[in-house]
Amino acid sequence: MMYDCIVVGGGHAGCEASLAPARMGLNTLLITGNINNIADMPCNPSIGGSAKGIVVREIDALGGEMGKNADKTQIQMKMLNSKKGPAVQALRAQADNIVYPKEMLKTLKNQEHLTILEGMVEDLEVEEKKIKGVILDNGEKIFAKSVILTTGTYLKADILVGDTRHREGPHGEKPSQHLSDCLKKLGFQIIRLKTGTPQRIEKDSIHYEKTKREDGDMTPYAFSFDHEPNYDVHNQIPCYLTYTTETTHQIIRDNLNKSSMYGGLDDIKGIGPRYCPSIEDKIVRFADKERHQLFLEPTSLQSNEIYIQGFSTSMPHDIQEQMVHSIPGLEDAKILKYAYAIEYDAIYPTQVKQTLETKLIENLYTAGQINGTSGYEEAACQGLMAGINAALKIKGKEPFVLKRSDAYIGVLIDDLVTKGVKDPYRLLTSRSEYRLLLRHDNADLRLREYGYRVGLIGEEQYQKFVQKKQQIEQMIQRLKNHKITPATQVNEYLSQIPTAQLKDGITLYDLLKRPEIQVEHLKEFIEIKEQPEIVEQVQIQIKYEGYIQKAKREAEKMERLENKKIPENIDYQKIKNIASEARQKLEEIRPTSIGQALRISGVNPADISILMIYLKKGEKK
Amino acid sequence: MEDTIAAISTALGVGAISIVRLSGKEAIQIVNEIWKGSDLIKSPTHKIHYGKIVEKEKEIDEVLVSIMRAPNTYTGEDIVEINCHGGIATTNKILELVLEHGARLARPGEFTERRFLNGKIDLIQAQGIKDLVDATTDEKRALAMNQLNGKVSSKIENLRQEILEKILAQIEVNIDYPEYEDIEQLTNEQILPELKNIKNKMQDILKESKNGVMIQQGIKTSIIGRPNVGKSSLLNALLGEEKAIVTDIEGTTRDIVEGEIVISGVPFHIIDTAGIRKSEQLVEQIGIKKSLEMIDQSELVLFVLNNHEKLTDQDRTILKKIENKNKIIIINKTDLKTNLEIDQLPKEECVFMSTLKEQGLDDLKEKMKELFHLEKIQTEDPTYLTNANSISFLKQAIASIDQAIDGISKNMPIDMVEIDIKKAWDELGLIIGKTYQDELINQLFSQFCLGK
Repeated sequence: MMYDCIVVGGGHAGCEASLAPARMGLNTLLITGNINNIADMPCNPSIGGSAKGIVVREIDALGGEMGKNADKTQIQMKMLNSKKGPAVQALRAQADNIVYPKEMLKTLKNQEHLTILEGMVEDLEVEEKKIKGVILDNGEKIFAKSVILTTGTYLKADILVGDTRHREGPHGEKPSQHLSDCLKKLGFQIIRLKTGTPQRIEKDSIHYEKTKREDGDMTPYAFSFDHEPNYDVHNQIPCYLTYTTETTHQIIRDNLNKSSMYGGLDDIKGIGPRYCPSIEDKIVRFADKERHQLFLEPTSLQSNEIYIQGFSTSMPHDIQEQMVHSIPGLEDAKILKYAYAIEYDAIYPTQVKQTLETKLIENLYTAGQINGTSGYEEAACQGLMAGINAALKIKGKEPFVLKRSDAYIGVLIDDLVTKGVKDPYRLLTSRSEYRLLLRHDNADLRLREYGYRVGLIGEEQYQKFVQKKQQIEQMIQRLKNHKITPATQVNEYLSQIPTAQLKDGITLYDLLKRPEIQVEHLKEFIEIKEQPEIVEQVQIQIKYEGYIQKAKREAEKMERLENKKIPENIDYQKIKNIASEARQKLEEIRPTSIGQALRISGVNPADISILMIYLKKGEKK
Repeated sequence: MEDTIAAISTALGVGAISIVRLSGKEAIQIVNEIWKGSDLIKSPTHKIHYGKIVEKEKEIDEVLVSIMRAPNTYTGEDIVEINCHGGIATTNKILELVLEHGARLARPGEFTERRFLNGKIDLIQAQGIKDLVDATTDEKRALAMNQLNGKVSSKIENLRQEILEKILAQIEVNIDYPEYEDIEQLTNEQILPELKNIKNKMQDILKESKNGVMIQQGIKTSIIGRPNVGKSSLLNALLGEEKAIVTDIEGTTRDIVEGEIVISGVPFHIIDTAGIRKSEQLVEQIGIKKSLEMIDQSELVLFVLNNHEKLTDQDRTILKKIENKNKIIIINKTDLKTNLEIDQLPKEECVFMSTLKEQGLDDLKEKMKELFHLEKIQTEDPTYLTNANSISFLKQAIASIDQAIDGISKNMPIDMVEIDIKKAWDELGLIIGKTYQDELINQLFSQFCLGK
C-alpha cells in the first residue's frame, strides 16, 4: 500500500503532523513505538505558559488539535501576566497526563484517512535524493509520497542517572538505534542534545502546610476558539510552592561529581537547555542565590504522582532522596519516579527549509525535538506546519510559511532554520520582535484565514470567525461615530469615574483611549450588546492603538526585506567582497529572502548591502 | 560589463580648479578621444599628463589629466581625472564632451557605490569617506578617520548595552518567567530614573557631537555693532585681507561678507553685518533685520563697541539680546579717549582692541579659543559623532526614550512602553551598523554629492 504521508513518532509533533494531512484528505500513516504513549507528557504536566500558550492558540486558529485536547483534559487554568499588558498574557493549563494522551488517541483513531501502526522505524527508503518510504526494524518497507520525522528524544536515546547510562527512551521505551545513523549517511549533520526531568513524588506524602497553595484563576478560560470554557472554576486542582534550602544546596555541592553532568559521566556530549537548567546547574551558576523556587504540580486526577517543577537533576538515586527530603514539605516525601537526564540525537536545523522539508532529501520533513527544540507546544506547532506543507506539496499547492510578524510559530521556525541551535530551543516572548502583534487575544484574527485556506478550518467555523471580525469592526465604528458633548450631566458622570471633564466634544473611541476608561464606562452613553471577547478585542485595539501601529510599521519595514527574494540557485561564490564567514553562512543556510539573510549571525549589514546590490544588478540585466 | 560613469567631482563654483572624473573600462579611451597631448592609452598608471581638451580641433581648456588604472584606484576601476582651469561653463563643456564620447552621467554617490561594490570599503566606511573627502583641516581629517576606525562606536555600544542589560533584559525576564518570585519585577517607578539616566548620557553625546560638528562645519560667528564702530576693520584684521569695504562713512557695508579663520584647527565662519541702528533708510533697515536674525543663527557673537562713545539705547538692547549667547564684547578704538561706560559691561567677556593700531587681535583669538573650550575638545582622538546622519539617529533615539518616558507617565503597561525603548536601542544600533535597515543604503548613496 502506498500512503500519501507517513509520520514517524506519535508525540505532540507527530499527532499534529498526522492529523493535518489526514484532515486535508490525504492517506496518512502514523507509526509509533507504543500506541499507548501517543501524545505522552513525559515531563511537566502542563500545556501553555509564557509564549507557549500563545502558540497553542495559534495551533488552534490554524486548525490543529493541541488546544482542544488541553481544554478537554485540563485540571487547572491560569492566565499568566494578567497584570501586565495584553501583549504578553498567555494561558497555561495543568493537563491531566493520563487523560490527555487518551483523548488524543481517541481523536486520532476517529480521524478519517488516518491509520495508526505500532512499529519501530530504523531506516529510510531514498531514491535520487527523494524520500520513497520507511523501513521498519522487522525489515518491512512502507512507501509514501512524503515522510515526516517526529522522533522526539528517541534517536539513540540514553537515560542518564548518576554514573549510569542506559540506552532507552522515556518510560523505558525502546529507542530508535539506527535511524540517526541512516540520516547521517544521507548527509545530515547530527547533533547531540540533552534534557532532563525531575522526580515524581507521592501526593499523600507531602506536608502541604509547609508550602504555599497556588490556585487556578477564578475566570474560566479556553485555549480553543471553537468552544466556550466549560469547567467549574472551583473544581480546579491547586499547585503548591516551596523552595530549596541551604541544606539542599550543600547536598548538591557535596555530591556534584556524582551528577552525570558534573563528572559522574565524562562522555556526555549533549548540551542541555539554557532555559530549563538542572538544579545542579542553577546552584553552580547562581552560587549566591539562597533558594530556588519549586512548584509541586499535580499530574493527573487518576494518579497520586506530583511533579516537582524546577528540580530536574541527574544525580544518583540515593542523593536524590537526600535532596528531596531537604525541602520544606517534602521531608517525608516518597519518590515514585527518580529524576533523570536524557541524551538524544537531533539534526542541525539549518538543514531544513522554512516549510520544514529537509534540504537534502525531497519530501522528507522533520518536526519537533529532532529539529532541536524542547517543549510540547514547540513540537506540536512544527508538526502542524510540516503536516500542512507535506500535504500542500502533494496537492501541488504553494507552500505555507508564516512570517515572524504573523505568529510565534513563524518566529520559532525562522529562528531554527536561520540561526540553528546550540541547546534545545525554547520559545520565549523575547524571541519575537513583534510581540505586540502576536497576542493571545488575536491569534484567530491573525491566522484563521490561513487555516481556512489550507483546508483545516471548516466552513461553519470560518463563518463564525468572519462574523466575529465584522462585529469587532462594527463596534469600533460605532464608538468612532458616537460623539459626546461637555454637557453638565456628562461631565458630572465623568468626574465620578474619575476622569478629566470634557471641554470639547469627544468620540467614545477617543474617550476609551484614556487609561482609566473601560468599555464598561461607555455603557452610560451607548448600548453594548457584544460578547465579552468582542468587547475585549475592541478595547485592546483602541487603547493600545498607538503602540500597535508602531509595531505594525516595524513589521512592514521588515516585510519589505522579506519580500526581497533571493533566487534559489544563487551562487555566493560569484559575489565579490562578501566576508568569507558570511559567504560560508549564506551557503549553509541559503536564505530565501534578504530579511532572512539579515538574521543570520555572522552576516553583517555590509554583506547584506553587497548581496542586495548584486541582486539588483542581476535584475537590470 | 559595467559602463563608464563621469561627473564633476568638485563642488561647482568653489575653488579655482574643478575636476571631471571618469570611472570604468572605457574611461581612458574616452578622454583620449578629446585629448591633444601624449597618447593616454599608452600611459602607465598613476601618472599625470599636461595637454589640451579639444572639440574637433578647437581648444576647450588647458588641463592636467591623471591616469589611474584598475585595481588600485578609488573605485577599483580605471579612473581618469581631468583637472580643468576654466570656470563653470568650461567644466560643464568638458563633462558634456565625455558624455558625448560614451560615458554616462554618474548617479549621486555612484563612485562610492562602485568602490563599495568592488570591495574597497564596507558600508560604515562609506559614510566616513564623505567626511574624509570634505575634511579641510587636520582635525577634520582625524574625525573622519575616526569614523573609519570605528572608535565612535564604543560609546554608543556601551549605551546600547546599558539599555539592554538594565531595562530590556529585565522586562523580558519578567514576561517570560512571571512566576519567578525571586526575580524582581521591574516597575514603572524603577524604570523611570534608569530611562532618564540613559537619556542624559545620550544628550551628553549629542552635545559633544555638536562640538564635533562645529569642528567640521565651523562656528558661525557674527560681528555686530552700530555703524562705524570698526566691524569691517575687525573682520579684515581677523582674515588678514581686505574683504569688506572699509570707509568711515556710516552704513557702507550692507552685504554680509563671509570669511573663515582657523583657530586651534577649528574654523570660525565670520560674518560681517550691516550696522544695527534705528534707521529711516529702507536699505539699512533690511540690513538691520538681517543682523538681528544673524544673532539668532550665530554660535558666537562679536559685539563691537566704540571706546570713544557712550552706550546707546540700541547697544543696551543688543546687550540684552545677546545675554545668553556665546559672545565677546570688543571695545574698539582704545587709541581714542574712553567715553564708554566700561564698568557696566560684563568684564569677563570684554576684549580691548585698536584695529587701527593693530592691537588686541591675539587677545581676541585667545578669548574665542577659551570660550569654546577648544583645548578641551579632543581634536586628536575624538569620540563623538560627526556625521549628520548619525546625529539624526541619535536624536531619534532620544525622542524614542522621551516617548517611553511619556508612556510610563501615562501608566501604560511596561511591555508596551518597551516598544519605544527597543526602538531607541535599534536606532543606536543604526549608528554603529548593528541593525540593518533597507533605507540605510539608499539614503547613504543618494546623500552623496555627485562624484564623491
